[in-house]
This record gives sequence, structure tokens and C-alpha cells, in this order.
Amino acid sequence: MSTDRALAKILNRTALTKLLVQKLKHDEAVIAGIGNTNFDLFAAGHRPQNFYMLGSMGLACPIALGVALAQPERGVIALEGDGSILMGLGCLSTIATMKPRNLTIVIWDNGIYQITGKQATATAGVTDIVAVARGAGVAASEWVRDEAHFERLLDRRFDDGGPILLAVRIDDEAGKGQTPRDPALIRSRFMKGLGTGRGGALEA
Amino acid sequence: MTWSDTLLGLLKDNDVRLITYVPDNVLTPLLTGVNADNYFLSLGATREDEAIGAVTGAYMAGLRGAVMMQTSGFALIANALASLSVPYQIPTIMVISERGTMGEFNIGQSLVARTMRPTLDALGITHHTLTDETTMSFIVDSSIKQAFSTQAPVAFILSPLLTGGNPAARAKLKQ
Repeated sequence: MSTDRALAKILNRTALTKLLVQKLKHDEAVIAGIGNTNFDLFAAGHRPQNFYMLGSMGLACPIALGVALAQPERGVIALEGDGSILMGLGCLSTIATMKPRNLTIVIWDNGIYQITGKQATATAGVTDIVAVARGAGVAASEWVRDEAHFERLLDRRFDDGGPILLAVRIDDEAGKGQTPRDPALIRSRFMKGLGTGRGGALEA
Repeated sequence: MTWSDTLLGLLKDNDVRLITYVPDNVLTPLLTGVNADNYFLSLGATREDEAIGAVTGAYMAGLRGAVMMQTSGFALIANALASLSVPYQIPTIMVISERGTMGEFNIGQSLVARTMRPTLDALGITHHTLTDETTMSFIVDSSIKQAFSTQAPVAFILSPLLTGGNPAARAKLKQ
């Protein structure tokens, strides 16, 4: 299965996360996986519809699937690293089966477990995430060729046309921000951002 | 009413619509009931931690869900409970069919079963073992309500005393 991974330019997660956030115009929910992925989302400027994971490696896509099923009119974006998605490839089969049209997945692939000491992941050698995703049934999966291509791919409605997976080859730079380590606060603010908060006047 | 019809009715009474699961023989009547009822949204996961992730996202976005699994599947989710459900205060409703006891034939099931209640206790997660239909309704209804009001996970363990156990295990024991 040819997927053009070799043609994909090496880009920068911090810059592309900022670009992605700038494209969000309809209060889209963004679920960012553990480590650098959510550090860069936080660094791009906090939004009420951001959810930051502080553990549960590999569950960004399943969490995003749950949000997408619960609010089918809202665009939902999962940001996940290559090491994280390799931990739970089965979720791609589940997503392909459920067919949430409002779900977009972005995989940042630098071929390493950057945060633990840059050990190689399987994507550095034999595994092509786009081929895996297509094989799992997420037909609309592709490698991002360069920054302009990424920008074009994001000029769309996030509440329709999914599930879509965009794989981006990135460099080995660390994330730029540091998400506050307060899970209950993160959950509470995210729920307020999605209109499901239970804080009432406390959150006014 | 069978125990499975009663349990599904209790989930419905509490607006629990999303049913995520990795299947098990004992769960079959529940899963068949879910698929036959348009009220429920059924999501077959490939792993139990994936199911935990999906109900977490759904809860935060306003849709209540439950995770159905067997004992060995529970052993896969300690990290998801410890780093997602508990610290993020997610009312994760778990329905666990109890394998590994009262006539189990598979040594792996009997060993992994011993890790379930200690894991739940270590994480401070409320769990109830359902043994009969008489007490089941009160336990399940009140505990789901408590889970959502206090934003805490709860586990319901389906004892062979309630379900009759795994039909495959019974067949093996007769041999």
C-alpha cells in the first residue's frame, strides 16, 4: 500500500499546532494526547474546548470518539503521537466501524518516544501509520506533504466528511508549553467549553 | 424479567445510553438486549481501556455511558482508571462479568480474578457484587445515581450467583 510517507516533509509540531488552532472557527473540541502533543496545544493558547491528557497514553482517539458521538454537530479533533497511537491501533478499527463524520485525527510522527529519551518507535522503521489506518478502514487517511498542504487540508468543515486521519512527519523538538497538572480543573473547564458543565454560577 | 433485562432497564432509567464493551459469554444477553433496543448506542471496542476512553469523552460531552467487560478485561484498565477516570473525576459505570470463580476451568482466569477487587480497593473505587435479582435493582439504581452526583467511578461485578456463570465453564465441568 503506497502512502507517500517518503515524500512527506519533516515539519514542526509547535508551529503546526498553532496553525491548526488558528483554523478553528466553530468551537471545535480538541483532545490532545499525553506529553508533547498537549504541551504544544496548551502553548498555542488555551481554548475552552481543549482537553489535555495527563496520563492514559494511547486514549486520545477513543476519548475524541466519545466526544464526537455525544455531540455529532461539533467538529472534534484528536491530536496524538506515533508512540501513543501504536499503543492502541485497535481504536482505528473501532473508529472506522462507528464512522463519526465529525472526527479528524492528526498523528504527529517523529519516529521516536521523544519525551522518554528519543528511543525509536516502529514508525521509524517498518510501520506506516497511514497504511495502518487505511487497512483498519479509515479510508480518508493521508500523509501531509508540507505546511501548505496541511493548511489546505484544514480549510474544511470539521463537523463533516470524517473520519479523517492526517499523519504528519515532524522533527524531534520538545513541546513548548507546560499544561497545568490539575485533571479535575481540566475536565471541568472542558465541560464548560462543551456546554455540559455542572458548575453553574461557580463558573460564571 | 431476566437479570439482564432488569439491568438494562436500570441503565435506561438513569439515562445511560452509550454501551461500550469487549464481549463475554456471560454478557451476551446484555449485549443482545442493547443491540435490539434503539435507545442504546452500542460501541464494540477492541480493548477495555479504549472503551473507558470512549465513555470518558462521551460523559464530558453530555452522553452517559457504561463499559461492559469480563474479569480479565478489567485487568487491562488499571492505568486508564488511575490516570483518567479517577483523577479527572469521571463517573465511569463498569459492568464486569465475574470469571475465575465458582467452577472456572481456565487457570489464567482464576489467577487474574484475584487482582480485580484489590485493584478497585487500591484506587478507592466503589464496587458492588451483584448476587441476586432481589437486591440488584436497589444497588444498581442508587449507585449509578451516586456515581453521577459524586463524579466517581463505580463497578458492578456480576457474580455467577446472579448470572449462572459461564455456560462454557459449566459444560467443561460436566466432562
